[in-house]
Amino acid sequence: MKNPSKARVGHPAPRASTLGGLQAWLPRLVLAPSVAISLFFVYGFMLWTFILSLTSSRMLPSYDFVGFGQYARLMQNDRWWVASTNLMIFGSLFVVICLVIGVLLAMLLDQKIRQEGALRTIYLYPMALSFIVTGVVWKWLLNPSLGIQAMVRSWGFESFRFDWLVDSDMVIYTLVIAAVWQASGFVMALFLAGLRGIDDSIIKAAQLDGASLPRVYWRVVMPCLRPVVFSAVMILAHIAIKSFDLVVALTGGGPGYASDLPATFMYAHAFNRAQIGLGSASAMLMLGGVLAILIPYLYSELRSRRHG
Amino acid sequence: MANVIRRQTLAARVSRLAVYSVLILAALFYLLPLAVMLMTSVKPLSEISAGTLLTLPQNPTLAPWTKAWGEACTGMRCDGVGGYFWNSFAIVIPAVLISTTIGALNGYALTKWRFKGSELVFALMLFGCFIPFQVVLLPMAQTLGWLGISSSRAGLILVHVVFGIAFTTLFFRNFYVGIPNELVSAAKLDGAGFFRIFWRILLPVSTPIIVVSVIWQFTQIWNDFLFGVAFSAHNTQPVTVALNNLVNTSTGVREYNVDMAAAMIAALPTLVVYVLAGKYFVRGLTAGSVKG
Repeated sequence: MKNPSKARVGHPAPRASTLGGLQAWLPRLVLAPSVAISLFFVYGFMLWTFILSLTSSRMLPSYDFVGFGQYARLMQNDRWWVASTNLMIFGSLFVVICLVIGVLLAMLLDQKIRQEGALRTIYLYPMALSFIVTGVVWKWLLNPSLGIQAMVRSWGFESFRFDWLVDSDMVIYTLVIAAVWQASGFVMALFLAGLRGIDDSIIKAAQLDGASLPRVYWRVVMPCLRPVVFSAVMILAHIAIKSFDLVVALTGGGPGYASDLPATFMYAHAFNRAQIGLGSASAMLMLGGVLAILIPYLYSELRSRRHG
Repeated sequence: MANVIRRQTLAARVSRLAVYSVLILAALFYLLPLAVMLMTSVKPLSEISAGTLLTLPQNPTLAPWTKAWGEACTGMRCDGVGGYFWNSFAIVIPAVLISTTIGALNGYALTKWRFKGSELVFALMLFGCFIPFQVVLLPMAQTLGWLGISSSRAGLILVHVVFGIAFTTLFFRNFYVGIPNELVSAAKLDGAGFFRIFWRILLPVSTPIIVVSVIWQFTQIWNDFLFGVAFSAHNTQPVTVALNNLVNTSTGVREYNVDMAAAMIAALPTLVVYVLAGKYFVRGLTAGSVKG
């Protein structure tokens, strides 16, 4: 037993029920501000935005309720459909191309490569940049009269065309290029971490059985990486839905509103076009999209935590 | 996955060559935009219109950089991005320190002082990592107005702290879960209290996760544009907003070299952090997404 006379200065021995009680409550007290912040700024604000989306608010929030009228307006809004369709195209291409590039680079890097560290650093650095910087740089590269198109033409391919940035039908693919450039290195890092976690002996055994290296990867390694694929798809889809800065910097949503995404649609209506009600409705639909992706993800995360 | 069995045949050599070629081509794809950005930022305008993206600068000049820093027009005002660069620091540093401190205490309380419902509290906070911020923009604008800090640096700091806590808590929680409970239990038996245990036992071993959290938050907040554009005014804008204004200010001739120099200025701090502490940056990225 310890000698209680060594108790802290100015306090009785920690027997005292008040102090003991305080100690028991301290962890909760420490967490309380964060929980309060979370409840107010995350959950409260979501509810608030939902309420706004049920009103006829335009320039300023008003609480004149119109039911789901704003959602109905949204469904008839051509620009919203363009933005949603764009998100589908952009999101699916972005996720798939990032996955393919990421997996490929990770597997190649896993072949005892010299200078692996340097290559990894090069593949991943765009992730440290702001999407605004990425947008500004690619806007310059994709500029038809001075960028890549002009360069290839100066090599003698006079009829070469790469003017997607100013082509309403193709502009969405410029967003894919820039976003893939920024995020594919990250997917590489995820898969490399996953590969390094796989036991060598499985692969050796498969090789001794005479399987070729590509076959080993396809039949043995890929199934082990299923959880990584799952995580990567979640994170990438999430990045895609939130994409805002890149559109603003690279295309400004143009030409016209050909490269609008829900995030830019919401911002334009809520802050520039005095359509707070409509903007709120579009924000709620974005939240719905994120939840559809998120709930299975969180569920599996928490379940594996319990069993892991 | 090292030492896979390889036979040094001709086929093996050819495939090695193919592997290296693909890797080097990929490296070029990632590096070229940065190289072009750098080269363009030191070319005079005449060389930009005469040459192509990959033409090396004939008479390199730092004039675009000085113009981007101190004279270029960003919307209404023409004083470059320099002032906004310091604005970003004035927002980022307090926000990073506050959110990391809160995250550390939260992670500690959630793992070493479990109580009924602590898992639920964590799940509740974790959700904050994932919401699309469009859902909070309008209420946030009103709340900042009520608090009397709309369009101020203090307001932006608050916003970044509020939405950064979820991430920092996640980092510290996942790190502290791996610290043996026996140490803490022994200290509790000795009568050490909540903060004393944190200070004496947990904090000394927390350096790696503190670095991860600081780097992650620094990068996130420095690179933020959405909150910056929604909640700042002329004199409180972060550098990302100033950069976007500079590039979209259409007065007279487009000075692409100045645009690129401004983009470099906005990108440098996070690039420096990445080069110096890339390992921790990657750890932050993969935290919570790969179970390790």
